[in-house]
Amino acid sequence: MESKVNKYSKQLIIINSIFIIFWLTISVFPFLWTLWGSLKVKADFFSRADWYYAISGFNTLIETGRNFTLNGYIESWTEGEFGRAALNTIIVTISVVSISLFLGTLGAYALSRSTYKYTFWILIAALIFRAMPHITLVSGYLFPFFQFGVWGILPTTIIVLVAINQPFTLWLLYSFFKTVPKELDESALIDGCSYFQAFRFIIMPVMWPGVITAGLFSLMLAYNDFTVTALLLNQENYTMVPKINAYLGTVEYGGNYMWAVASVVSATAPLFMIVMFFQRQLISGLTAGAVKG
Amino acid sequence: MPHKTFFWFFFPSGLAMVLFIGLPIFSSFFQSLHIEPEQILIEVETCDPFGCETEVQVDQEATALARAENPLGRFNGLETYKDRNHLAFGEVQEAWVSTNNFSDFMKKVLNLPFYKSLLFTLTFCFSVTPCVIVLGFIVALSVNVLAKSIKGMVIFGTILPMIVTPLIGSLVLFWMIDSQGILGATIQIIFDDPNLSLKSSKKLTWITLIIYGIWHNTPFAFVVFYAGLQTVPQDPMEAAVIDGASRAQRVRHIVLPHLYPVATFIALICLMDNFRVFEPIIGFSAEGVAQSLSWMIYKDLRNETLMLFGSAGATSMLTILGVGILLTPVLIRTWKEFKTER
Repeated sequence: MESKVNKYSKQLIIINSIFIIFWLTISVFPFLWTLWGSLKVKADFFSRADWYYAISGFNTLIETGRNFTLNGYIESWTEGEFGRAALNTIIVTISVVSISLFLGTLGAYALSRSTYKYTFWILIAALIFRAMPHITLVSGYLFPFFQFGVWGILPTTIIVLVAINQPFTLWLLYSFFKTVPKELDESALIDGCSYFQAFRFIIMPVMWPGVITAGLFSLMLAYNDFTVTALLLNQENYTMVPKINAYLGTVEYGGNYMWAVASVVSATAPLFMIVMFFQRQLISGLTAGAVKG
Repeated sequence: MPHKTFFWFFFPSGLAMVLFIGLPIFSSFFQSLHIEPEQILIEVETCDPFGCETEVQVDQEATALARAENPLGRFNGLETYKDRNHLAFGEVQEAWVSTNNFSDFMKKVLNLPFYKSLLFTLTFCFSVTPCVIVLGFIVALSVNVLAKSIKGMVIFGTILPMIVTPLIGSLVLFWMIDSQGILGATIQIIFDDPNLSLKSSKKLTWITLIIYGIWHNTPFAFVVFYAGLQTVPQDPMEAAVIDGASRAQRVRHIVLPHLYPVATFIALICLMDNFRVFEPIIGFSAEGVAQSLSWMIYKDLRNETLMLFGSAGATSMLTILGVGILLTPVLIRTWKEFKTER
């Protein structure tokens, strides 16, 4: 049925289209511009003389003989050891996602099925933990980690990221588990399943959308983290984001800007592709908390 | 579910949180009560043909040894909280005595590192959040009107600023706004002022950071509002159309009241997340004129010569206190919700 509520006047449609185009430009253009600039030399992308050089590639043509250059990418991946950082990011991301989903589903299932009052207090504590600025936690880690000699290595960082991620994962999965009817596992229990069997064979198979959403958020946290990785890893073990920061400022890399530009693109592209693929789950996750309350 | 089963299901997750979120808070507090061992000074007599001179030098070996023996440093009580870099009681008192009117006093106090960072953090939080809510709502309304076929693509484009990490997002913008970037150069041409740049004034830097914050956070508000819009009841809307209400009136009297709880949810999440702002400060290289609480902790921990655990711990504790104050309304709301549920 076409109701009158969804009819729009012509002016409204025009104004609306202009606004949407304007807004899309604001949110998308900076990334396209960076992609474009990463294919130029520094004198063009950061041109002192005339920013039109960045479009025409004036200096790129002089320095490399072509309108576009892949030097930023080639140099950062070879000399800049960005490949190592990318590998570290992959290791950290995969470990964090799998461990936090494993812990999170178990914990959230228990929280959603227990009727005792302490579940409320646990959820409140998780909410408070979620609000802690990560850097305040890091300032608490550094000293003990130095003392135990576990600073600078990947496993420590992975465990820390899993823990930091738990509160949000718990809340998200808790609200998803709540939507799975209790009768489902109750009937399994009556049929002689243990709680774990009911969880593993009855509930998990219907929970995949929730698990994917939670996994996506863990992935974004692990992939994007700067605070924890920059302070808890040593230079050799840096993941991509602190590595990019290192290109900008340290003496070692001589503030090589074009490396940073190229590696920003290298780091962002896979993330955008993953998100494009899982967009629906991401949005359902963001709204899980809001629509209910 | 019996207690025992619950315990085993929850144990791994709970353990991770207690060990790596609960304990570090205590560890931070413990550190904040200590101060790094001072450098051990020795007098060295150097003699040359023209006579002997005594000079005071840092005894590197003894200092290193003392630090190795007692890495946490000596107990300092609450002194770190009171020093110049934190609550600065002495300086505030002095400012109170030495100034005649209130604005001079505030000026002096807001020049102290901690109050300066607090001012920036709060300014950032409370200017970004309202803008994000208003813009997010407008964007959600207009995306909602779009044809289904292009909606998915538009939503993907709109949420990009939220997906990238703040450091990368701010770098991407910084490279454009920088005086040698496309926007910065254009602005210079428009205002015909070759010295006009982001770094030239404190005000401009703050505005840039706030614009960045709005750019980064609006997609989140948009997505949540957009989902909220799908749940707006259709019957009152149709009734309003029949009664002759204009589109604006319908938004004002039906949609807005329906989305009010969603807006408070967004506001609280935004405040919480923006309170920890610090990556944009690094991305925009704005350390000189804009410091936030989190950035102060980062600076202490990145100290070249010696990590200032005590100072970082004290700032952390004060930051956590701030988060607690911001969080109180959420906690009260959750408590009420929980009570009505049972």
